[in-house]
Amino acid sequence: MSFWQNISTYFSSEYYTFWVVSIGAGIICFAAGIVGTFSYLRKRALIGDVVSHAVLPGVAISFMLTGVKNPLYFLIGATTSGILSIWLVDFIQSKSKLKPDTILALTLSVFFGIGIVLLTKIQHSGDAAQSGLDSFLFGKAASMTMHDVIIFSIIALINTICIVVFLRAFSIISFDEEYAKSIGFNVKVIKSFLALLTVITVAIGIQSVGIVLMAALLITPASGARFLTNSVKKMLVYAGIFALFSGFSGVIISSSGKAMPTGPWIVVVLSIFTIIAIFFGKEKGVIARMRTRKSNNIKINNENTLKTIYKLSKEGNESISRDQLINNQSTTQFKPTLKRLEKNQILIRVNESVILTEKGKLAAREVIRKHRLWEIYLSKYFNLDPDHLHDDAEGIEHIITPEIEKHLITLLNRPEKDPHQSEIPY
Amino acid sequence: MNDFYIILTACLVAINCAIMGSFLVMRKMVMIGDAISHAVLPGIFFAYIFSGSTSSLPILAGAASSGILATIIIEWLTHKAKLQSDASIGISYTLLFAIGIILISKFGANADIDQQCVLYGELEYVPLWLEPIIGNFYLPKQTIILLIVSVVVLLAVIWGYKGLFITTFDENYSLSIGIGVGFWHYFLMSGVSLTTVVSFESVGAILVIAFLSGPPAIAYLLTGNFRKMLVLSCAFGILCSIIGYYLAKSLDVSVAGSISVVIGGVFAIVFTATTLQKSKIDVISN
Repeated sequence: MSFWQNISTYFSSEYYTFWVVSIGAGIICFAAGIVGTFSYLRKRALIGDVVSHAVLPGVAISFMLTGVKNPLYFLIGATTSGILSIWLVDFIQSKSKLKPDTILALTLSVFFGIGIVLLTKIQHSGDAAQSGLDSFLFGKAASMTMHDVIIFSIIALINTICIVVFLRAFSIISFDEEYAKSIGFNVKVIKSFLALLTVITVAIGIQSVGIVLMAALLITPASGARFLTNSVKKMLVYAGIFALFSGFSGVIISSSGKAMPTGPWIVVVLSIFTIIAIFFGKEKGVIARMRTRKSNNIKINNENTLKTIYKLSKEGNESISRDQLINNQSTTQFKPTLKRLEKNQILIRVNESVILTEKGKLAAREVIRKHRLWEIYLSKYFNLDPDHLHDDAEGIEHIITPEIEKHLITLLNRPEKDPHQSEIPY
Repeated sequence: MNDFYIILTACLVAINCAIMGSFLVMRKMVMIGDAISHAVLPGIFFAYIFSGSTSSLPILAGAASSGILATIIIEWLTHKAKLQSDASIGISYTLLFAIGIILISKFGANADIDQQCVLYGELEYVPLWLEPIIGNFYLPKQTIILLIVSVVVLLAVIWGYKGLFITTFDENYSLSIGIGVGFWHYFLMSGVSLTTVVSFESVGAILVIAFLSGPPAIAYLLTGNFRKMLVLSCAFGILCSIIGYYLAKSLDVSVAGSISVVIGGVFAIVFTATTLQKSKIDVISN
């Protein structure tokens, strides 16, 4: 079989269900991922957890009232009880001393309890049509039809359009409700609208992926995206792509083996993405931050050693012996620091002593200048006692950039002496 | 006698959860309890694979360690990766739960557990496995395990009460006098994990959360004294279990679900009463 034939079998009618399910899963994940970004930004990540448990009684009641498994009735029931749960959480929080986490857990478990009671009531009543109602608990992605995919696409489209149109409003209330109020946004309406979008998305998606995993779809893509960017727009794009791809590949993985549940695989793929982002995110990733911290440490060690050598050489001999250095040094990792400085041509080693090069002297003067400028600044503008200045300046001298230094010099009128009457080396 | 067995089992879970839950409520960590109760799933799966049930203490401890693993991941994500805390909770428990479900669906037939009992338990079936205690006195196997764990948990809390109390109410003070905040954190989390794992088989994840959050919340609305709160939340847990059981029996519905509903109902009553009283006091003082 040629390559193209091989590929084309994947598009034959045999694979019809596979494509329907994988595309459908991708789309609903996308819809949840972008709307969940705002739950994340509003620090209400766990509200998705609550809502997805809370839709259960609504579904059960709509079945009890109508007696049919109509997705539209389910949707109405689920949305109503989802909204009710969000409202209750807010209401209890505003009226009692209970903390949000307690209220969330309580609301979630009581709503779910009501759902379970109703569900067992329906099951025990022996209604033949009830079978499959509990697919709401764990989801039945494999039984997705073209009809579902269309509904998913509609909600994904609605979410996308609403987010594009109201991006500014959504972003502002996510970061600063007070500010949003002050510039004339109707915060209550916007918040309710956002909540409605979230609840509808949950209510629609839950039949495919199940309750617990729905909570993951809302929160995990946004968390991963947060490690990649600071911009809300980009975060939405990343979260959307993460989710779309995870939904799609979750289905591929689960269809490759027997008895492999789809929803959980989607969550696993999604989590892998997020874990990768957490580690390898460009600026905020764990590794990037570790690297920054390490390079900061190196810088601090370098500069502190430099200072020690400079001060010692001011006191007398140009070349400083090893013992002198060891007695006066304030840095950890003494040896590697010296090696590094030598390599950078900051100092040269002669036998057992070190001498600063011209470049080294310049660099040392810069550090000392920054230190002393900062001491003057503190004593002038914060009225600190001279003997309190040193520790603070010790930390900040490594951070001051050339621009800040320039500003300091202008601000302080290019001072000659620091508060301890030491000369400032320019 | 079956009534007695079921109510006894529910009450034991209620007491365990009420004690753990009171600390969680005061530490603003109830959702971590929620996360643990989902995250123990992989642990429970392995417990079943190795021993056929969670009814042996070493296996139990092993299963509980996946709950502790969840709290370690949450801590790491929050403090080391700087992810906001609610998201850390959300990500870690959904992932562990997903892994648990995958394991169960793939190998569940060997392990004899199904997904549904994971969520809402099978309190009704507790009396099916009886073990003789003394002469004609029988107790369900699950209840015996629960009883042992309750005693362990109770003793641990009494032994560590001072440390738990101080780290709960004044973390900075305990740090300043050199009490290991981290130790007590994981001490409590181990308790919560252990409680969740033993309660799991009988009452399911959801009732565990209802028990962890509900009775302590009710008690907290009624008193500001922590010792009173502990006693009250145990009492409310027991009360809700008994009412819930008979409600379930008369309606022919899930016992675990019905107890959660009763907890919700009692909370609603107490919440309304205290809120009304508070507004009355406000009116008078104005």
